[in-house]
Order: sequence, then C-alpha cells, then structure tokens
Amino acid sequence: MTEFVKPSIEYFELWPLLVVFGVACLGVVVEAFLPRTLRYPVQVVLSLGGLVLALVGVVLVAQDVQTYDDGAARGILAVGGTIAVDGPSLFIWGLVLALSIAGVLLFAERHLDGGVSAFAGQAAAVPGTDAETAAIAANREHTEVYPLMMFAVFGMMLFPAANDLLTMFVGLEILSLPLYLLSGLARRRRLLSQEAALKYFLLGAFSSGFFLYGAALLYGYAGSMDFAAINEAVRNDVGSSSLLLIGTGLLSVGLLFKVGAVPFQAWTPDVYQGAPTPVTAFMAAGTKVAAFGAIMRLFYVALGADRWSWQPMLWIIAILSMFVGAALAITQSDIKRLLAYSSVAHTGFILTGVLGVQASDQLALGEITSVQAVLFYLATYGFATIGAFAVVGLVRDGGGETTAIERWAGLGKESPVVAAVFAFFLLAMAGIPLTSGFVGKLAVFSVALAAGAWPVVVAAVLASIVAAFLYVRVIKVMYFDEPVGAGPSVAYPSVLTATTIAVGAAVTLVLGVLPGPVLDLAAVAGEFIR
Amino acid sequence: MTLTILILLPLLGAVVTALVPGALARLVGLGFAAATLVVGIVVATRYSVGGGMQLEETRTWIESLGVHYALGVDGLGLLMVLLTVVLVPIVMLASSREADAEGNGGVRAFFAWTLALEAMSLAVFTATDVLLFYVVFEATLIPAYFLIGGFGRAGRGRAATKFLIYQLAGGLIMLASVIGLYVVSADAGNPSFLISDLAALDIDETTQRWLFVGFFIAFAIKAPMFPVHTWLADTTEKATTGTSVLLVCILDKIGTFGMLRFCLGLLPDASQWATPVVVVLALVSIIYGALVAIGQDDVLRLIGLTSLSHFGFIVLGIFVFSPTGSSGAILYMVNHGIATALMFLVAGFLIHRTGTASIRRMAGVEKGAPVLAGFFLVAGLAACGLPGLSPFVSEMLVIVAAFDHHWLVGSVAVLAIVLAAFYALWMYQRTMTGPDREGVAPVADLDRREVGILAPLLLALVLFGFYPMPLLDVINPFVHDSLAAVGIGQEGGPQ
Repeated sequence: MTEFVKPSIEYFELWPLLVVFGVACLGVVVEAFLPRTLRYPVQVVLSLGGLVLALVGVVLVAQDVQTYDDGAARGILAVGGTIAVDGPSLFIWGLVLALSIAGVLLFAERHLDGGVSAFAGQAAAVPGTDAETAAIAANREHTEVYPLMMFAVFGMMLFPAANDLLTMFVGLEILSLPLYLLSGLARRRRLLSQEAALKYFLLGAFSSGFFLYGAALLYGYAGSMDFAAINEAVRNDVGSSSLLLIGTGLLSVGLLFKVGAVPFQAWTPDVYQGAPTPVTAFMAAGTKVAAFGAIMRLFYVALGADRWSWQPMLWIIAILSMFVGAALAITQSDIKRLLAYSSVAHTGFILTGVLGVQASDQLALGEITSVQAVLFYLATYGFATIGAFAVVGLVRDGGGETTAIERWAGLGKESPVVAAVFAFFLLAMAGIPLTSGFVGKLAVFSVALAAGAWPVVVAAVLASIVAAFLYVRVIKVMYFDEPVGAGPSVAYPSVLTATTIAVGAAVTLVLGVLPGPVLDLAAVAGEFIR
Repeated sequence: MTLTILILLPLLGAVVTALVPGALARLVGLGFAAATLVVGIVVATRYSVGGGMQLEETRTWIESLGVHYALGVDGLGLLMVLLTVVLVPIVMLASSREADAEGNGGVRAFFAWTLALEAMSLAVFTATDVLLFYVVFEATLIPAYFLIGGFGRAGRGRAATKFLIYQLAGGLIMLASVIGLYVVSADAGNPSFLISDLAALDIDETTQRWLFVGFFIAFAIKAPMFPVHTWLADTTEKATTGTSVLLVCILDKIGTFGMLRFCLGLLPDASQWATPVVVVLALVSIIYGALVAIGQDDVLRLIGLTSLSHFGFIVLGIFVFSPTGSSGAILYMVNHGIATALMFLVAGFLIHRTGTASIRRMAGVEKGAPVLAGFFLVAGLAACGLPGLSPFVSEMLVIVAAFDHHWLVGSVAVLAIVLAAFYALWMYQRTMTGPDREGVAPVADLDRREVGILAPLLLALVLFGFYPMPLLDVINPFVHDSLAAVGIGQEGGPQ
C-alpha cells in the first residue's frame, strides 16, 4: 500500500464543477433560512447565475487547455488523476450546462397552471388528504427542486469526466438520486408520478449495484480503478480475461440502464410519463448526454484495447434499441410515452455512432471521428428533446396537461404556431434534412459505415423508416384529424418557456442548415485523455 | 448566381405569400411564379447547347463532411427546370378556385406550399453535390405532404401519410448509399460529396452494386415503378388535380432524373449489371399500369395509374443503354409532363362540374361541353401515342431502342400502345359520349379562363409533336456524355 498523497486541486480547470456544486449547496441554505415568499426568485436567480457562471468557466478553460502529454488530446488530469478535464469533457459540460439553463427556465414556469409551478405543493402530503388540499389552497410549491436539479447537474458533469471507476460511480449516484426525487414531485396525477419515482429508484439502485460489482471485478482484474491503468492491463493481457469480460458486462448494464438501451429500457416510458414534464425534459436531455460521455470514456479509454470483446455486444444492443424503441413507440397513445420510446430508439442511433470508433491511423484526412459524431448527435438530440417536451407542457385541458395523442387532433387549426414548432421537432427526431437530426444521423451513420459496421447501419436505416412512421402519424393527427370534443387548448406560456422553445427550435434549425461550426467544435474537442 | 436566384426566388415567394393578407396572396404568389418563369427562361438563354455542366456555382457548405453548395445545369437538368417553371404557374392558375373550396386549406396556403415545392424541385434538378441533392430531395416531401393532406377529397390525410412514409422509406435507404459513397471517397483520400469528385472514383464492383441498390430503390419508389407504386393511385385520387400535376409531372421525374444522374453517372458498372432486372420491372410497370388503369372507375386513379405505365417506358429507355433509348427517355420525361398535366387539369375541371370522379356516373358530357371534351380527347390521344402529338416521338424512340436491345422486350412494350388506346378511348367513350344519364345534370363548357390555362399545354403537345428538334438538341449532348461514362460508344443520337 502506497502512502497517502494529498491530491492537488486544479481550481481553475474545475471551476465549472465547483460553481455548480457550490450553488447547489447554497440553494439548500436558502431553503433553510429565507422566508417562503423569497425562495422562488432567489433560487431561480441563483441557479441561472450559477449555470451561466459555470458556462463562462467552460469557455475560459476550453481556451486555456494545453496538449496533454504530447498526445493528440488536450486537457489535464485533475485531482490526482480522478477527473479528466479534456476536450470531450468540456464539450459535454458546455452542452449539459446549456440544457440545464433551459431546464431551469422550464422549472420556473408558473404561467401554465394558474400561477404555480409544475411541482407538488407539499410532497409529503399523501394524495387526496386534507393536508394536500391545504397546501394547494395556500399556493405552496417546492423550491427545493432547484438545488436538487443543481446537484443532478453536478453529477451530469462529474460522470462523463470521471477518470476512474470509483469517481464514475460517485458521479452516477449524484446524478441519479436527485432525479429519482424530482420525478415524484408532480403537482397533478401525483400517484402516477410517485409510482414513476419509485420504479426509477428501485431499478436505478439495482443497476447501480451492477455497476459497482463490475467495478469490483475490473479492479480484481487490473489491480486499479484508474482507466489508464486498466487500459495498460488490457494491453498487456495480465490477469484472468473472464474477470475482465464479466466486469465489462456488469459495468455496461449500469451505463446502458442510464441511457435507456434495450433491454434496460423498461423504466423510460413510466418515468417519462409520470415525472413532471419540466423534469422529463431536463432528465431526457441531460442524462443521455452525460451517460454517453461516460460510456465513450469507459469503452474508449479504459477498454479501448479490448474492442473486439465489447463491440459485438454493442452491435446487438444498438440494433435492438432502434427496433424495439421505434416499434413500441408506434403502439403508444400517450405523447410522453411515445417520446420515451423514441428516446430509446435514439439511444440505438447514438450507439451506432459509438461503434464507429477507429484508430486514428485508419481515418482518412478530414474524415469525421466517432467522438465528433456522437458529440454532435448529442447536441442535436438534447435541444430537440428539451424543446419538444416544453411544447408538450403547453397543450392542456381542464385536468392539466393532455398527453393523449388523440386529444391533440386539430392542434394545427387551434394553434398553428405551436403545432408547427412541435412538428418541426418531430421532423428533427425523424432525421429529415434541414433539421439538426439529419446531420446527426448522417454523422453517426457515416462513422459506423467507415468502421465497417454496415449491418448496424442497414438496421439503423430500416429502424429510421419505422420511426419516421410514428413521427408522421403525430403530425397527421395534429394537422389532418378532426378534433375530439372541444379539442385541445394551448396555455399561453411566460417568456421562460417561450425562450426555451424558441432556443430549441433555433438550434435545431441552425444545426441542420449550418452545422459546420458545431461539428468543428466537436472536432476541436478531439480525443479523450488516455 | 443565376441558379441560386432561380431557387431562392420561389422560396422567398413562399414565405411572402404565407405572410401577406389573403386577398393579396393570390397576386403575390402568381407574381413570384411568373418571376421564376422568367429566371428559368434566362437560364435557358444562357445555356449553350454544347453539353456539360454549365452555370456552375460551388461553395463549401459543411467542411468537415465534405459537403458543398454546388449547382449547375446540363441538358437533362435544363429541361426539367423549364418543365417545372412552366407547369407551376399553370397549376396555380388552375387550382386557385379549388384550393379555396369548403374544407380545403385556402389559396394562400396552397400557393405558399406550391412555391416551396417549386424551389425544392428546382434545387433537386440543379444540385451537383450528392448530399445537397439528398437534402432537397427529402425537403420536397414536406410541402408535398401538406399539399396532399391539406387540399382534396376526404381521406386525403391518410393518403398524405402513405405518400410520406413511402418516400421517406426510399429516402432513408438512399441515405445509406449516399453515406456509402462518402465513405468510399474518404477511403480514397478525399472525402467529398461533389458529383464531379465522386465520378472520378474507381469504385469496386461489389460496392457499386450495393450502392446501386440503395439509390435504385429510392428512385423506383419516386418514379414510381412496380412493385413500389402503390402510393401513387391513392395520392392522385385524394389530392387536388393541381397537386397531382406537381407530384406526377414534376416530383416523380426526380426518380428517373436520379437514375440518369446517379445510377448511370456514378455507378455505371452496377447499372449494366442490374439491367436485366430493371428492364423486366419496367416492362411489368408498363403492362401492369395500363391494365390496372383500364379497370378503374375513378378518373383520377385512372390517370395516376397510366403514369405508372409511362414511367415504365422512361425507365426502359434509360436502361437499354443506347443513344436512341436515352434520348427517347428524356424526351418522354418532358412530354409526359405536358400531356399528363393537361389530362389531370381537364379532369379537374370536369370533376368540378360533375361533382364526381366516378366514370360510371358521367355520360354525354361532349354535348354540353364540346371544348372540354375536345381537350380531354387530345390529352387521351397523347397518352396513347397518336402521331402528331409529342408523346408519339418519345414513345417511338424508346420502342425502337427496346427492339434493338432484344426483340422480346420491344414486342412487350409495343403491347402497351394497344392497352393505352383502350384505357384512354374507353374512358372518353364512357364519360363524354352516349345519351344523357338520368339524374346527371348537363355540364357547362370550359370558360375562356380555363381554355387560356390549358391552351399552352395543348400548343406544346402539337409543337413538339411535329418539331421536337429543339428538345433533342439539348438532350443529345447530355446522352452522349452520359453514355460515354457507361462506356458505350455511339453513332450520334436520333436526328
């Protein structure tokens, strides 16, 4: 056992992480000491300010990072080698922070439901009791959601930047626990929401167990938690390969659960449906971005030399995710569940990009890399998703949001703008040209094809056709079907939600028409520190 | 810059038309369509008949993917551009009344979507970068979808969905081939989507075949060909006749256009490899389309299915690989556009009067409406290839080339002329002649405005029937170049 060395903390490079964490802690203090009336404005300003400050930090760090160890990657290993602040980390941090800002705006929306937010008045009050009625009458709302969200954002940033298995596990848990809680806080349909939270928690805790067990086995194999050390061990083929394979498998379970890949997708429809819509939007976009960052780092950095073992597994999981996601989405009658299954299909598409990894000497000059393609896809997916869920929050009837698809009939006449924006997001998810989704698909398909994964690409194309049907079906309902009864009504959002939707739509359009700058940015982000 | 203006003008028109108040929309929309027509004519005057890509513009669009904003016209592209800019204003004039009818989306939406469709189609015909082509190829679907779904008869929402799914499916399959081309070019050291770069590649045979299959499926759905034609009749039945003209006479041409540009241009070996299968499919389309058309009761379904037969001829002409066949096919693309547009529009005016599209419920129209019946007859005779009308020339060329290819192919194709006479004349007989049916009100004749709309098409049919040389002068250099790429020597095109 070596002597304990106190790690140095690189405050400048870790600035974005520290700010978010600090703001989260500060948010807890605010809850404890400020009067109820002040909490909402203070929390909103605090969260937004913290996120913007962190985003500025990301930009500054990105301009400052130097080449690491004379390799292709730029960045540093911070805190004694446990956190890698490199190009992909910074790209993902920036993306997560941008999506979180949109998330805070959705959380803070109070116009849609008569002056209160989408969160339960008093989460501790059992649904249907006097305590609940009293809380509603007093116009109470939980403002703890803001610090909870900031903790989740901290987790989302730590998770993909973690450079050893233990830090990655910690990141995974920090990211997950607040989300379990947030899922259960819906103001309306509380039982559904609480059921979703419980399901998410039980399955999530179970999958974390898998991850931890896998980490233990891999430690047994390599004698270290550190990714570089594991990579070294794999290269030199030390130890028992069965430990390595089982460990890899168990770690994959934990990670693939988070991105909702088949066969670990069972939680997504229930949680996406039950959670308050702002939470769903934030979670769907943010978690996927963070978890794919972690997946790429684990598989490329730690297990890159063992590619031939894990690639067949990911081939199958990618194909299954695309087909099962797209096929089950068609059968859904609830728009949130439909988007949940569509996110499962998108997981498959992103995995297709992950499969496109090639050694840098195999790449032709100017050809895009797997990391670049996946990062770009995550950016397109994140903004389209958060925008789409923001629109879902607008369509309402007397009982709150109306998520039954058939009730959306006639939306094209009732509110042409809302219907057009939603149709635009759906077309982006379907990958129609001139939207960001198309360029994303183009990027991931071409890296996979270049790496010789043509069966996956063929499957992806076929799955895209199935998926196209489901998006077109929703557009048809909105525009060409006769409304049922009174038809849907659209709540007028405040500037918060309107901004989120507008930004989502603008990003989706710009990334579709002029994707060059962001693709270049993803190229500059370059490679992981190994 | 001319080509950019040609594309941006109708696009701008679409936006402006969508924004101006309803009363102005009609004028503004028509104004933009007319201006685009003028730009199209300018393009034609700047084009020199010698062949090759002209009026080229190339800019980098997405550098890291090797995508360019690259435009240019050759003989084939020019004819398609002209067909588009001529047909769009005619369709707009003919459809404004129908678009405003009860339950339809209104003339403003119709004009805006039509202009958007025109812009995208023009971009398709002038794109010289494969990815740019793909982008606008798919982008045409959105205006087309809303044109079908928003205007026409009951059940059109379903028809629009069916249309879109078929087209998206074809497009996505093609996407795999498009990416495949990119990967091949990247492996060769120069990742690029430019057609000129890709044509210079030496792609191995197996890869070519896979890429060909992807492209061909997409274009066969678009064209349409048997057995992926089933969206066609549903769409033409439910959509307005104006929309059908846009779809069948302009958009579907992208299918055969793409076969010439990409299958022959970039994958010549695979195209020859696939010839037997494609020729058989083309023959099946020719005969099957005509046979099914005979059995239809709905005028618009019938006309839609005749196009299946016509597109079979075009594909046959392309894939027999001879100067005669290729020239005939391209000429056929133009003539079919004119003749079918006339047919659809007359049928539209007829249905507007009778209130039904069912052949069984019409009779004796020619007594009350001799001019309408006359137009209908000419359009029908054009469809069955009467000498003196332009489709005759192209059909002859294709059939001659088919006989050169193999006598059996030629003799099957010839059968279609008989079948065409059957469906066209029998439809005329049942709707226009005979005694007045009880309960069927007499039909008013075409007014001056309607005659004015149809007259240019009729004139073009007759003019190009007697004097197709201007078209062939543009076509032959293109055919020369494209067959040289396939490696077939030639002794000049048909004179």
